Amino acid sequence: MSHDHPHEPVTTAGEPPAAARVRALADLLVEKGVLGREDIRRRVDWLVSRTPADGARLVARAWMDPSFKERALDDARLAALELGLEPGESPQVIALENTDDVHHLVVCTLCSCYPKALLGPPPDWYKSLPYRSRAVADPRGVLREFGVELDEDVEVRVVDSTADVRYIVIPRRPHGTESFDEDALAALVTRDSMVGVAEPVPPG
Amino acid sequence: MTFAAGDDVVVSSRAHSGHHRTPGYLKGRKGTVLRVHERFRNPETRAYGGDGLPKERLYLVGFALSGGDQVLADIFEHWLEKAA
Repeated sequence: MSHDHPHEPVTTAGEPPAAARVRALADLLVEKGVLGREDIRRRVDWLVSRTPADGARLVARAWMDPSFKERALDDARLAALELGLEPGESPQVIALENTDDVHHLVVCTLCSCYPKALLGPPPDWYKSLPYRSRAVADPRGVLREFGVELDEDVEVRVVDSTADVRYIVIPRRPHGTESFDEDALAALVTRDSMVGVAEPVPPG
Repeated sequence: MTFAAGDDVVVSSRAHSGHHRTPGYLKGRKGTVLRVHERFRNPETRAYGGDGLPKERLYLVGFALSGGDQVLADIFEHWLEKAA
């Protein structure tokens, strides 16, 4: 489509095609007054400032405090606020508890919905077509590739974030951590364990 | 039609040409309501600049996989039917 406004060339050598598309889209949104450059900068700054450390704090507290865990399973947004964490704009966040009997795994088959406020930007594999399609078709095979081998009698629940609710996994607390304080526990909680594709780091 | 946890439901298999958040692999599948969420703005009109009102009820529905495993997905009420 032809247009008459000036802008930078839309491709740059070595740049992925998606970057040119994003820039073209941003130019249009700004030109049409939907967003300002400052809004975009602020959102990107916010996103890259988020890290899995916040989610790890929530998990560590849930391991230490059963009543807090119950509140997180009901409404992890309120639970995060209780810890002074920023739960982001998602209207609802729910924690899912992995136990000896049930293992949760989170995916977004439609796009890349993810609890960004608590985990930071999603990893590339989370957004990839193979993960998104195979997680719901062969979850045990996917888990095996991530190094998680589950017993037959453990029920796998793949949670497809198809709408407004975001899900974060509370992994199983590792054995041998009974004397750990909250900071020491949080250090064991990895991003992948809160998506459900890994166990926490073993202690020691 | 509203549903409660434990209700058996079927995901409508109707075609929908615009944006919607009902995954194709679940259309026509039978499942069980596990959790009743709040009502949320309808993504089918929000996607086109609309306000998404009236809000639609969202449900967490469990679908059986082989070997006793499950897929859980959030499905809007207007995509669910009572299971026969």
